[in-house]
Amino acid sequence: MASSSSTENNIVAVKNLCFSRSNRKIFDDVNLDIQRGKITAIMGPSGTGKTTLLKLIGGQLTPDSGKIEVDGQNVHRLKTRDLYTLRKRMGMLFQSGALLTDMNVFDNVAFPLREHTQLPESMIRSLVLMKLHAVGLRGARDLMPNELSGGMARRVAMARAIALDPLMIMYDEPFTGQDPISMGALVHLIKALNATLGLTSIIVSHDVQETAAIADYIYVLSEGKVVGQGTPRQIAQSDSPWVQQFMNGYPDGPVHFQYPAIDYLDDLLAST
Amino acid sequence: MLEFFTNLGSSTRNSFSKLGRGAFFLIHTLSGIGQVLTRPGLLLKQMYSVGVLSFLIITISGLFVGMVLGLQGFYILRDFGAEESLGVMVAASLVRELGPVVSAILFAGRAGSALTAEIGLMKATEQLSGMEMMAVDPIKRIIAPRFLAGFICMPLLAALFSAIGVMGGHMVGVSMLGVDDGAFWSQMQATIDFREDIVNGVIKSIVFGFVAAWIALFEGYDAGPTSEGVSRATTRTVVNSAFSILALDFILTALMFGEI
Repeated sequence: MASSSSTENNIVAVKNLCFSRSNRKIFDDVNLDIQRGKITAIMGPSGTGKTTLLKLIGGQLTPDSGKIEVDGQNVHRLKTRDLYTLRKRMGMLFQSGALLTDMNVFDNVAFPLREHTQLPESMIRSLVLMKLHAVGLRGARDLMPNELSGGMARRVAMARAIALDPLMIMYDEPFTGQDPISMGALVHLIKALNATLGLTSIIVSHDVQETAAIADYIYVLSEGKVVGQGTPRQIAQSDSPWVQQFMNGYPDGPVHFQYPAIDYLDDLLAST
Repeated sequence: MLEFFTNLGSSTRNSFSKLGRGAFFLIHTLSGIGQVLTRPGLLLKQMYSVGVLSFLIITISGLFVGMVLGLQGFYILRDFGAEESLGVMVAASLVRELGPVVSAILFAGRAGSALTAEIGLMKATEQLSGMEMMAVDPIKRIIAPRFLAGFICMPLLAALFSAIGVMGGHMVGVSMLGVDDGAFWSQMQATIDFREDIVNGVIKSIVFGFVAAWIALFEGYDAGPTSEGVSRATTRTVVNSAFSILALDFILTALMFGEI
């Protein structure tokens, strides 16, 4: 396995993770490692708990059993203060962008800097403009979040996520609902930021082509388990029916087209 | 029958668990108050939206309540030939009861529902979650300044309500119905006691401000992250605040003035 090279090289290590929500098992003994400096994609059909996994890594949810280590620290054993210190080194990009709607773009990006540093306003301005320039929105600094398109909102959120120069950044469905140009811009940005800032990126997505194009390593999740892992090439050549169905978008396969129901004929006859 | 007891049990358990969450929420909020005091900008912004923007509704309602009191009081007191006591009646009713209670209920409807909707929508759009992931505690950064603003503004709004109400009573009683101006003010001055009436009224409005702000913010924070959840939470804020304010008013009145 490529991922089990050396533990020091892993920024995130998920071990024997089990998590359930209202009696439904979301994760059942999941193991995965995220390598430092790489772009790792976590893919799977909707409802497999990909976003939940990011929230578990960020310490917003607590697992039933198993442990998650980020940069050598067990996330769920940390005191609140230490967890917050760790979170300053993790950026997270929510699907909706999660920008603060009562502040303009500039203040949104400046928010983490103003909350966590004592930097003078002139330096904050320079830093914010640098981050906004990196995502191509320096000119949009005075716009309010409701004046931004979906793609722009995500880019502002990206600028905000890198404001404190984190170690890693987690993207929750970054490509969903984007037009081809915004999608292209986001794909380019994720790759460029990862390379130039020396980040580690975790992308949770079900957009196969875009994600496979930039990921160094892919995990495919389904029904609470890792059903496939490897480089994009290995995944494409995988003979696992789960992986094949997901990567090629077959309507039926291990994930059934029909929601579980009683026999069709019995059902029809029962209604007469 | 069994179903009835199951439902009863589960709704009781839910109510207690909500009460527990509310209490933890309050403790967490109170622990953030110190931090708010070091950033007066945040507090002033909230005092503007919670207090200043409630100014108009409080002023107009106060004026009309005072005018009605003047009118009704005059008709009753005139039968006993005691219309000079109108000033006392208007001021005592406003300062002791109507000022704190009516302004608190208006405050819950105007500012409380706005707070619940704002916090509920921030939760639904993942803004609170996003803040947590930026290592900023949303209860300390978002909730605590709003709570303190409500707590500070409520007594001020109640005082304004009472003052405007007395003017409304004066306008109707003295200017329109011909009660003696000197008697109106002098009897009020002689009878209304600072400790007994005014301080007790202020204590009431402080308690109501605390409760109304707590309910509004907790309902928003505890709302289901959907449009339906936010709408239900807003309704609960107004209903629960009104109930709590009226029930607490009875308890406080009994403790302050009564001999129960």
